[in-house]
Parts: sequence; C-alpha cells; structure tokens
Amino acid sequence: MSVLIYVELDNSSIKKTSLEAVAYGAKVASQTGGQAVVLALGKAENAELEKAGQYGATKVLHAADGKLEHENSLAFADALVQAATQEGSKIIILSKSGLSDAMAARAAAKLKAGIVSGVTALPETNGAFKVTRAIFTGKAFATTEIKSDIKVLVVRKNAIEIDESALNGGSATVEAFQPALRDSDFTASVVSIEKADSELSLTEAEIIVSGGRGMKGPEHWQPLIDLAKALGAATGCSKPVSDLDWRPHHEHIGQTGIKVAPNLYIACGISGAIQHLAGVNGSKCIVVINKDPEAPFFKAADYGIVGDVFDILPKLTEAAKSLK
Amino acid sequence: MKILVCITNVPDTTAKISFTDNDTKLNKNGVQFIIGPYDDYALARGVELKEQSGGCLTVLHVGEADAEPQIRKALAIGADDAIRVNADPQDSYFTAAQIAHIASQNSYDLILMGRESIDYNSGVVHGLVGEMLGIPSYSPVMKLDLDGNNATITREIDGGKEVLKAPLPLVLGCQEPIAEWKIPNMRGIMTARTKPLNVVEPVSVDDMTAPQTYQLPAPKGACKMIPADQAETLIKLLQTEAKVL
Repeated sequence: MSVLIYVELDNSSIKKTSLEAVAYGAKVASQTGGQAVVLALGKAENAELEKAGQYGATKVLHAADGKLEHENSLAFADALVQAATQEGSKIIILSKSGLSDAMAARAAAKLKAGIVSGVTALPETNGAFKVTRAIFTGKAFATTEIKSDIKVLVVRKNAIEIDESALNGGSATVEAFQPALRDSDFTASVVSIEKADSELSLTEAEIIVSGGRGMKGPEHWQPLIDLAKALGAATGCSKPVSDLDWRPHHEHIGQTGIKVAPNLYIACGISGAIQHLAGVNGSKCIVVINKDPEAPFFKAADYGIVGDVFDILPKLTEAAKSLK
Repeated sequence: MKILVCITNVPDTTAKISFTDNDTKLNKNGVQFIIGPYDDYALARGVELKEQSGGCLTVLHVGEADAEPQIRKALAIGADDAIRVNADPQDSYFTAAQIAHIASQNSYDLILMGRESIDYNSGVVHGLVGEMLGIPSYSPVMKLDLDGNNATITREIDGGKEVLKAPLPLVLGCQEPIAEWKIPNMRGIMTARTKPLNVVEPVSVDDMTAPQTYQLPAPKGACKMIPADQAETLIKLLQTEAKVL
C-alpha cells in the first residue's frame, strides 16, 4: 500500500509547501507500512524532482504532457486518480491551496473517498484513522475519523516540522507517467493570465510584513517594503487597505482573504480585528507594531512595540540588514 | 437561465467559538448566525445575472430548520424559491451529495456557492458537486459574466489572476469582488414571506467520516513589549529567542 503525494510546480520547481507535504506523506507511509510516491504534473527537470527523495519519497511519477502545463483542476484530478489507481494508493495527500482543494475534491468524488481539508498534524493510525484540522478559520480544531477505504488529506502549512539539516541524502527515482486526458477537462479556454512573477507568494513565504490603515496611504508603503526586502519577506495587507485599493487584492490577508502560516508575521499599523486574526493565527511568531497600546492585536502577539511605524520600520530595516 | 445558489448558515465572523456536550457540538448559545459571507457574494451575483437574463434563481441549503431566517433573507434579496434539505450534514461529502442530487433533478445552467464555508473552511464542496454531476467546477471566482451559453470567469490564482471562457453548465465557488453584498428592501422582505420554501428529506449517502470532536487552541502566552526607542533590539530577539530569523 502506498501513500500518494501531489506536488505543485511553480516555474518548474517543487513548491516549498509541497515538499512539506512530501515529508508529511513519507511519515504517514512509515506509520502505515507503505511507500511514499509523488505525482508531479508539468514541466520540470529530473534533478528537481529527485529532491522529493530527500523528503522521504521513493518514486516520482512525472507527467510532462504539454496539456498539463497550465493549471487545470479537472485534468489534474483525473491524473491524480489514475496515479492513485496505478499505485494502489489508499491515502492521497496534497498541500492546501486553491488548486489542490479543487483537484482533491474532484478526485475524492471520483474515488468515493472521504476528504478532509485543512489538516494540521500527522494522523492517528493505530486503530481508527483520525485527523485533526483547523476549523472556524483557526479559531478551533476538529478531530475526525475517516472511514472510507481511500482517504484524501489536504494538509496546511506547518503541519509537520522539517529539520532541513537532518534531511537524508535519499533520491527518488523519476518515472514517466502518461495519464489519459479527457477532452471534457479542456472545455474552458484561457483568455489571459496575470501573474506577479517576481513577488514572493504569501502562502509560501516564511516571513510576511503586513500593513494596515495605520500606514496612512499607499504612498507611505516604502518603509514596509524596505523591511520586507531586508528580511526576504513577502508583503501583505489588511482588508480595509485592499478595499481602499492602497494595495492589490491578492495581498489581502484575513478571514475572507488569504490565510497565511509563516514563521514570522510582522503587522504594521493593523489593529487586529478578529477577521484579520483569523487569517494569521497559523503563524509561529507574531510581531505587532501599533501606536495604540490598546490595539487588540497585541493580545495575539508574541512581541509588541507601541509607537509610530514610520519611526520604527527604518530602525528594524537597519538592524535586519546588519544581520547578514 | 436557471441558477442554483447554495448557502451555508454559519456563526457571524466576530462570534466567539465554544463547544458543548463533551466537545462534540458547537455552542450556539448567544451566537448570531448569518449566510456565509462568500455565499452572500454568490447570491448577489446570481440575483444580478437572473435580473439581466430574466431567468429564475433557487436558493438551496442543506441543514436544519434553524437556518430558515437566513433562507428567507436570501428570498428577500431576490431568490424566487428555496429548497432546504432537512439534515445535519456531517461532512463536505454528504452536503455535496445532497446538492448534486437536487441539481440532477433540475437542469441548472449555473450552480453558485461561496469558495468555502467560514465554519469548516474546507473549500471542497464545489469540486465534489462538479465531479458528482460530471460538469466543470472553478474556484475562487472573482468575476463572472455571461454571454449566451458561455461564461467569462476571472479566477484568483497564486499571486495573480486568470481569465477563462467556459460553456455552461458550471459549478462556481465565488468570492469578492464578484458583486456587492445586497441588503433586502422592505418589498423584498414582504414578498419573501410568501415565496415557496420546500423542505425535502436527504438522500442516503455512505458515511465517509465519523462524528468529530472539537478543541480550542491553547491560550497564547503574554506579549513581550519592546520600548519604541529600542526597536532595533527586536531583530536580535527574533533571531536568538524566537529563532525565526
């Protein structure tokens, strides 16, 4: 019995969150006495795909069909089901994203499999198969037993600790995989794609510097961007900021925006409304900078500074630069 | 044009979450329930498209009778009729199977819902429904326009967006800014009282999961305050104490 892990490719590289999913899948495979097999769809070099071996995979199925170059949850779900059937996989693991939820759902319906999305820790596999997931946007957790023969798990970032220094030198063998693709999965035509290539993606970022209305206007964002650059961080914002068009919508973090789980989240001039907190409560460490000592965000923070963000940000940027 | 909009009945975004019955049930005491915010966007766009094309819009909820005020609100906003599948759904698979069953009896051109419910946040019901019906599903959809039998969809993707053109029927998971939320007017509220709300019993579905138990997160430790005039010391603390740099 094997565990099948789908990895997302971004510019022919395996996404970091997907490598986490591989490590998670390898752990589940060792708990259940099976092998971890990876599925990659789209263009990538073998050397890149073999990396999955360091995270515990033994084999990588690679479908390089040009039709799979563009993300298509319908065709990807078909490929995932065919890979699971070929490998006899009873457990399928994906790292949570818009794409993976969509393809996991379609694959689960095809396989008549129980699906749990938002998993935050390794499953219990002694006896009943139980998983814990975040619900109410991280305000609570639920533990669920999956009873179906095939199980689909969509795993949140940081569901497993990875010690990069302890990665084994293992290498996975890469096998060509040719799923049968159906025309009915390609009825939509792509009109255009707009992607900010240079920007670090928020869901992948280890560090995020985020701004709220306390930044006073889009023209004052530079000090925040400078700190983000010095830390190698992605930039985010609160809902009012994206509603006011100070920053693009895809930077909006919160209950109705992107949910993030970085190692470090630095909030500048964000008061910390419950809807914003819901989007960041998966973060390991939260820093809050706000001129109002009563800002509710301080209650959710690990470190706080009360003061003017425009005085404080440059000081932090200087200190961050001198780290290197 | 026949449109189906599926809505969830969820605690308000500011609700304090707690559990009862040995952590097996949500404590509904004092909690205000609302139509899921993403579903509200789907409903608003559904009503606009219905008005443009002169079709009809049915609102569907899988859940218990306490959701009826929210279903009536959807009728007041502009749905023509409503269906409630009388069940306490245990998981996404069950909910999706009920929606797919209703949809298979009525040929809807568009099935709209929120990108995810804000209680369980799974974001998988639209994909499940699409596959169960054998039609395409897309999410999260930020913009939706119809031109005859074709839809133009703007989807949010990692760090950007893509525009797709796809033939109907479709299942779509919606999010802002697809439409502005609508507030029911007095006329809508009055007419909603007499619009049909049909209650149907669920179809049986194999249990994919067992009932779940709930936990609250461990309370957060105290926040360490750093004086503003020593702000730069934060970076050292993040490196040596929190070990996140």
